[in-house]
Amino acid sequence: MRATLGNQADASGHALGQLLDKIAGHKGCGTSGGEGKASCGSSAGPADMAPEVWEKVKNHPCYSEEAHHHYARMHVAVAPACNIQCNYCNRKYDCANESRPGVVSEKLTPEQAAKKVLAVASAIPQMTVLGIAGPGDALANPVKTFRTFELIAKTAPDIKLCLSTNGLALPDYVDTIKAFNVDHVTITINMVDPEVGQHIYPWIFYRNKRYTGIDAARILSERQLLGLEMLTAAGVLTKVNSVMIPGINDRHLVDVNRAVKSRGAFLHNIMPLISAAEHGTVFGLNGQRGPTAQELKQLQDECEGEMNMMRHCRQCRADAVGLLGEDRSAEFTSDKIDAMGEVVYDLDTRKQYQELVEVERQDKVAARESALQEIDATDIRILVAVATTGQGRINEHFGHAHEFQIYEVGSGGAKFVGHRRVDLYCQGGYGEEDTLPSVVRAINDCHAVFVARIGGCPRDELQAAGIDPVDRFAHEFIEESAIRYFGEYFAKVCAGDIEHRPRGDADIRQGAFTAAA
Amino acid sequence: MAYKIIASQCTGCSACEPECPNVAIREKNGVFIIDPKKCTECIGHFDDAQCVAVCPVDNTCVIDTGYPRYQA
Ligand code: SF4
Ligand code: SF4
Repeated sequence: MRATLGNQADASGHALGQLLDKIAGHKGCGTSGGEGKASCGSSAGPADMAPEVWEKVKNHPCYSEEAHHHYARMHVAVAPACNIQCNYCNRKYDCANESRPGVVSEKLTPEQAAKKVLAVASAIPQMTVLGIAGPGDALANPVKTFRTFELIAKTAPDIKLCLSTNGLALPDYVDTIKAFNVDHVTITINMVDPEVGQHIYPWIFYRNKRYTGIDAARILSERQLLGLEMLTAAGVLTKVNSVMIPGINDRHLVDVNRAVKSRGAFLHNIMPLISAAEHGTVFGLNGQRGPTAQELKQLQDECEGEMNMMRHCRQCRADAVGLLGEDRSAEFTSDKIDAMGEVVYDLDTRKQYQELVEVERQDKVAARESALQEIDATDIRILVAVATTGQGRINEHFGHAHEFQIYEVGSGGAKFVGHRRVDLYCQGGYGEEDTLPSVVRAINDCHAVFVARIGGCPRDELQAAGIDPVDRFAHEFIEESAIRYFGEYFAKVCAGDIEHRPRGDADIRQGAFTAAA
Repeated sequence: MAYKIIASQCTGCSACEPECPNVAIREKNGVFIIDPKKCTECIGHFDDAQCVAVCPVDNTCVIDTGYPRYQA
């Protein structure tokens, strides 16, 4: 996999690959096989961000879209209990909507979890963030959650800690969160109006009592917003996740966006509802549909004027290990961890890797800037799909891609807007004829697809569908290439050689990501 | 009477365990069980049986009719 980084990769790209090879000896930091959800990330760089905030998020794969090419988070399943019920959740199963495993996934004690984190961080220097997100609610299991943080902070002080919560218990734990030096909290807020909330939450358990209906939604909403305000006052960075449920809260999420922004949320991540009958959820069973890619993007764009939107989140599994999207959990099951004996934490190699990444990131920014200077201003924007295994380069073969990264490009630059997962479409058969139409559907809103290589057959089919297959930027930086491509496209439009036409909508893959690495 | 947990329905989520005012609930083979000798149906502590109120699977924490009604 590393070899595909290829001969045109520059010196720092090589050095990164070699260092990773040395450490890992197996396939490295690809972003292959993530979740096919288009959603969100901060596209904002240092320019429009307070330095102390940038310092906090720059190596966080969930918060910085640039960082997620190079850095990884892992989640440990130490928190099985929950204190609310959501209509999109069936906790027996891995949750498709939130970053959390189901209760049947491997449960870990805080001690096992801490050991797993150290083992993974030593083997994978990209691992910079540890999250606790479930299977239930991190703060409905406060003893386990904070004990895990305590153990990790002791041995691996360079790892950032974060947690996800539904917010019901949050106001009770803001002081503890601060005391444990947790620097990112994610709150899932799907509504700020109990009238809307009653259709999402059948009940909550609060202060020794079960509440249902509108009362439940009212209490939950009050606690969520109070918790957010308290975190902001305490200086803890807070991201808000929202699940977009067409017909229930889709229009309302604009209000949610305003409400969370005014209370100091740093990022708002709007995720599509993923809902299918086989999930056994209320929404799955009553046929509630998720949004299309276009509906989702429209809402994200609408909210973007208001605040940073996060688009690269892939609703990855909460116990996933590796760069966002690349699930390496199978290498670190508790059996294997227990068998490992004492884990030696390798801080030096981790530092070395992170320094190389900084050089690569600066090169990428410089390349992007110079490409941008050559294009006149225009309102025209197009989407391109990119096959990549990571590190911000076009370095994946079309036929090997499990997912495509989607970039929106115009004269203002190239912006990452989401992922499209395609591997699940292949389940029916392995022949390319079965797969291709669904790949085309998944990227049907794109004008072009950038790949390292592509065979003759898919090339023809893509062209027939009006998608331009492009392999001449193989192994180059994604953003720079996208801008160059746009420059050429725009020049042809100006010359009258082609006519610019918007493309159609695309599918969002259904189903949780449960495949092992 | 005491409450019992229907093992085949229990997800093992552990939510009930810390809520029990009598520490009557513990894990056994991946699911949770109630010690009928310790369970007071939450009488004297709360209006609602806590295990019932917090359990995500309906009708999983239920009255065990094999025991006489608890007398406070
Ligand atoms: S009914 Fe109350 S006392 Fe009995 S097991 Fe449930 S929580 Fe404990
Ligand atoms: S709350 Fe219900 S499902 Fe969870 S452990 Fe207790 S009995 Fe089992």
